[in-house]
Amino acid sequence: MNAIEIERLKKYYHEVKAVDDISFTVRRGEFFAFLGVNGAGKSTTISILCGMQKRDGGSVKIDGLELDDHADAVKRKLGVVFQNSVLDMPLSVADNLKYRASLYGITGASYKKRLQELTELFGLKEILRRPVGKLSGGQKRRVDIARALVHEPEILILDEPTTGLDPQTRRSVWEIVNGLRKEREMTVFLTTHYMEEAADADRVVILDGGKILANATPLELKNRYTGDYVTFYRTREEAVAALGLPYKRIGEGLRVEVKDTAAATELVLAHPELFGDYEITKGKMDDVFLNVTGKQIGEEV
Amino acid sequence: MKLLFLIKRNCKIYFKDKALFFSSLIAPLVLFFLFVAFLGDVYRDSLTSVLPEGTELSSRLIEGFAGGWLMSSLIAVCSVSIAFTANMVMVQDRVTKRFSDFAVAPVSRSQLALGYYLSTALVTLFVCGVALAAGFIYLAIVGWYLTVSDFFFTLLDTLLLVLFGTALSSLVCKFIKSEGGISAVEVIVSAAYGFLCGAYMPISSLAKGIADALLFLPGTYGTSLLHEHFMGGAIDRIGEDMPAEIVEKIRDGFDCTLTVFGNSVPEWACFLILALTVVVLVAVFVLLHVVKIKRKIK
Repeated sequence: MNAIEIERLKKYYHEVKAVDDISFTVRRGEFFAFLGVNGAGKSTTISILCGMQKRDGGSVKIDGLELDDHADAVKRKLGVVFQNSVLDMPLSVADNLKYRASLYGITGASYKKRLQELTELFGLKEILRRPVGKLSGGQKRRVDIARALVHEPEILILDEPTTGLDPQTRRSVWEIVNGLRKEREMTVFLTTHYMEEAADADRVVILDGGKILANATPLELKNRYTGDYVTFYRTREEAVAALGLPYKRIGEGLRVEVKDTAAATELVLAHPELFGDYEITKGKMDDVFLNVTGKQIGEEV
Repeated sequence: MKLLFLIKRNCKIYFKDKALFFSSLIAPLVLFFLFVAFLGDVYRDSLTSVLPEGTELSSRLIEGFAGGWLMSSLIAVCSVSIAFTANMVMVQDRVTKRFSDFAVAPVSRSQLALGYYLSTALVTLFVCGVALAAGFIYLAIVGWYLTVSDFFFTLLDTLLLVLFGTALSSLVCKFIKSEGGISAVEVIVSAAYGFLCGAYMPISSLAKGIADALLFLPGTYGTSLLHEHFMGGAIDRIGEDMPAEIVEKIRDGFDCTLTVFGNSVPEWACFLILALTVVVLVAVFVLLHVVKIKRKIK
């Protein structure tokens, strides 16, 4: 069953087609990544999905429910982590969770039970009574995610959740999200600027100018839009150049670009003498994105 | 239930923000010292100028009268200026895009608007309540002439003026998009509202055209109610040995009774004007909130 079904979605701002007739589905339990430069239409799509903006055409179904007909029920199925924290800084972590839970009717004993679960899941015990404003960036993000999950949603929407965070905090955010996916088979809908985060997704949609340019698994995208790389170490440059393939020096190695994995295999069989110390890797999601959109991620439109 | 939690959340944010909380507590204190230090003599002189020559009043009675003017003016101004400060929570929520966060939760926009209105009213009521309590202590020391009914009416007047001030400030703050903006508006309101509602100077002492124009502002009627209930007892005592026209002159001169198109406005009419204004302003505020968010959602 699909967790999200979007069909022929349109959103126009006068002449600007922010979202231009896009369709895609997200399966239940799937880790779905939505990629695009700023202005590609990611945030608009998410806003429509969450009921924050009206669309100009198309349909949105969440867990089989039409968004327009079951707005409240749909809101209960979604947990959203915004790019910028929306926590109340003067309030304690517990207060932030309590007031959010109350909007979903979770109060009294059921709130206490949920607080206990979230405290254990996110390791919040030490910081539960501390004002959010005094927490570190990583701690705040943990609380942001805990708050988005306070009503036990079926779909977690992460709108660039790690933008501006240091690598260690980003890693800890992903540990939590991956843990949730494994333990609860939660559907995760991610928009991100970090390509390596999208590389772990089950499915990736690349959006540009409001249109979907690619919709596939990361492996399919890599196979379709990038070649493979054979990197030789401790090999003479003249020997590599003699292959007649494009190459460049990467650190201590010489990286040769080949069409696909079959071409890499042919190279191994044809020139075994070169393959003393080597590695064969697939192209990266950055290359996929560049080849699909002609843009580097982070580039403004 | 959701409304209750929204109110609790908004109030808690306000009281936890110490700078915000103390700045609102300091505001009545500053006004109090300004009145006592600079304006007290003006009110004392104004009173004695309307009395027949040779009239001797006890200093306690004069102080009770001037103190009544001070307290009524202070509460009238604070009920609006504090409400602007207390509305900072709503402005901050807009600036930090928490409205979007509320939009993804199952909470109606009217609940959200009422949550802001009622929490702002509670905070303003709390601060005005503290000022009122301090004022009663001050009057008890310098000269207490309030009757029991006057005492309870001052509480009712304060409540109504807080509801009015909150509604007015909420409506204005609906259009403010930055924290700096609300501070600027608050400064202007604190300075101007006291004149506009007849708190700093009696409306009757202003030029006729201005005085007539100010009578179209509902806050004026709230201030007049406060003047009457804080000063009425002292005026009655002053008038014990004086002709009725002198007492009437004092009441008119200090805005205890307002005259619109040649007719005195009765007390019940002042209450009605204020209450109806509150209802209309709150309805417009809630409506604007719903429509504005809907427009954003469109």
